[in-house]
Amino acid sequence: MRNSTKLIILTVVAIICILLYGFYDIKGGFDYAFPRRMMRVGAMVITGFAIAYSTVVFQTITHNRILTPSVMGLDSMFEVVQTLIFFFAGSISIWVVNQYLNFAASIVAMVLFALILYRFLFRADKHPIYLLLLIGMILGTFLGSLVSFLQVLIDPVEYLSLQSRLFASFTNIKVELLYISIGILLLAFAYGYRIMGQLDVMSLGRENAINLGINYDRLVLNVLILSSVLIATSTALVGPITFFGLIVANLSYQFLVTYKHSVLILGAGLISVIALVGGQFIVEHIFEMNTTLSVIINFVGGIYFIYLLLKESRAAG
Amino acid sequence: MIEIKGLTKRFGNKPVVEDVSIKIQPGAITSFIGPNGAGKSTLLSMVSRLLDADTGEVLLDKNDVKKWKSDEFAKRVSILKQANFLNVRLTIRELVSFGRYPYSKGRLTIEDEQSVDQAIEYMNLTDMQDKFLDELSGGQKQRAFIAMVIAQDTEYILLDEPLNNLDMKHSVQIMKILRKLVDDLGKTVVIVLHDINFASVYSDNIVALKNGRVVKDGPTNEIINSEALREIYDMNIPVQEQNGCRICVYFNSHS
Repeated sequence: MRNSTKLIILTVVAIICILLYGFYDIKGGFDYAFPRRMMRVGAMVITGFAIAYSTVVFQTITHNRILTPSVMGLDSMFEVVQTLIFFFAGSISIWVVNQYLNFAASIVAMVLFALILYRFLFRADKHPIYLLLLIGMILGTFLGSLVSFLQVLIDPVEYLSLQSRLFASFTNIKVELLYISIGILLLAFAYGYRIMGQLDVMSLGRENAINLGINYDRLVLNVLILSSVLIATSTALVGPITFFGLIVANLSYQFLVTYKHSVLILGAGLISVIALVGGQFIVEHIFEMNTTLSVIINFVGGIYFIYLLLKESRAAG
Repeated sequence: MIEIKGLTKRFGNKPVVEDVSIKIQPGAITSFIGPNGAGKSTLLSMVSRLLDADTGEVLLDKNDVKKWKSDEFAKRVSILKQANFLNVRLTIRELVSFGRYPYSKGRLTIEDEQSVDQAIEYMNLTDMQDKFLDELSGGQKQRAFIAMVIAQDTEYILLDEPLNNLDMKHSVQIMKILRKLVDDLGKTVVIVLHDINFASVYSDNIVALKNGRVVKDGPTNEIINSEALREIYDMNIPVQEQNGCRICVYFNSHS
C-alpha cells in the first residue's frame, strides 16, 4: 500500500471518529451539546497534532525513538510551576485566576527547562542513550519529589483545586486558551513546515547533516524550543499525557515506512486525533465516564513503552 | 584552496592535534597516515567543520571555515565519516538524492536527478538502487555513501577511512574511483588511510601525523621510504618496487 493511500485511510478514520463523537446519542438539545462537543474535538485535534509534531521532531534531533519531551521531564516541569504558584500565591491569586498569566508562566518555565536540558544533552560531544534516560528520570523524580513535598504542605482545599489541574482532561477545556493555543500552534506549524526538509536531512545523523549544509546546533536549539512550546501549550490546555507522544510517533514510524517528516508528522497527527477522539468516545459512552482518557493512555502507553525498550535492547544486543 | 594554520585540539588536557599547519594541493589526492591515535580523523573533522578547533584556523579560499555559510560550504566541501549508522530506512537512491540537498533543498530538479543517476552509475550501484541500505553488505553500503558524496559534487571530497571493513576488491575499486574523480573531474580528495600501501599507490601527497603533530608532509615518493617510515611508525619497513609502485612490506618487520 502506498503512503498516500495510508494517509487517506487515516484521514477517513479520523473524520469518522469526529462525526461519531459529535453526533452520537445527542440528548437534551442539539444546540447545547453540539458546540460543546466540537470545542472538545478542537482541543483534541490541537493537542494531538502538537504532541505528535513535537515528539517526532524531538526524536529526530536526539536520534532516538524512545525519548520524548515528556520522558525527559518536561511534564514534571508543568506540575512544578502549577504547584509553586499554588504554594506561594494560592488558588485565588491572579496567577491562577488569570488564565493567560498562568498559561504564560507554564510555557516560559517549560521552555527554560528545555534550554537547560539542551546544555546537558547536546553540548557535550556524545552521550550514550542510557545516560540521557537516566538524567531525564532523575530530573523527573527530583521534580516529582519537590512537587509532592510542597503539596503536603499546602492547604487541603487548595490541594484539591491544584490536583484538578494536574490531571489531563478533555471534559473541561478552557475556551479562552483554546484560541490562543490555535494561534501558537499555527505559528509553530508555519515555522515547522519550513524546516521539514532540514529535518529529513537531520535523520541521517549529525555528521551527514552538517556535511549537507545544515546549521546543526542552531536547528537543534530551534527545534527544541519549538517542541517545548508545543508540549507546553498542549499541557497547559488539557494537562499532561505522558506516554501519548511516544505511542503515536512510533505507530506512525511502523505504519508509514518513510524518512519524510511531512508524511510522518501528518500520520502521527492523524493517529493522535483517532486515539484521542475515539478514546474519548469510548470513555464517555462505553465506560460512561467511570475512567478518564489519560488513565487509559498512560496504561496502554506504559505497556507499549516497555515493549519498545525490550525490542531496542534485543536489537542492540 | 584549503589551508590549515596552527590547528590545535585538546580532549581534556590531552592534545590530540597540536599546531598543525599544512596546505592541501588542489586537484590531487592527499592521504593522512600515521599510527592509531595520531589525530588523523580529528584533523579531518576540524577541516570539515564537524569539530571546532581550540586554536588555529582552517581557511577555504582564504576565508575561515567557521565564517562560511553552512549551505555554501556544503557545495564546496563534502565529508564522509567512518561510522554511518542510520536510524531511518532508506533505499540507495534516496540516500544518494540527499547529496543534492545543498542545491535543491529537498525538491529535486531534472538536473539533480541526472546527477543522482550519474553518481549511482559511477559507483556501479544502478542495478540495486532501489534496495534498502539495511539489506546491503558493508561494501555496498560504503559505496552508497560515497555515491551520495559524489552526487554532492563538491570540489573537495574528504573521506575518513573509507576502506574500513572492505575487502581487497572493493578497496581497490573505491581507490580507483577516487583516482578517476581527481584525474577526470579535477576534484581534490583528502583521505585518511590505514593501509600504507593504498596511500603509496594511489595518492599524490602524504601527510604523516604522529602524536597530533605533522612529522612528514610532501609528495608520496619522498615519504614512502624506509627512513621516513621509521620516523612515523617506529618500525623498520623495507620498501620494494613492483611495477612502478612502491610497496611497504611491514608484515614481518622488527621494531
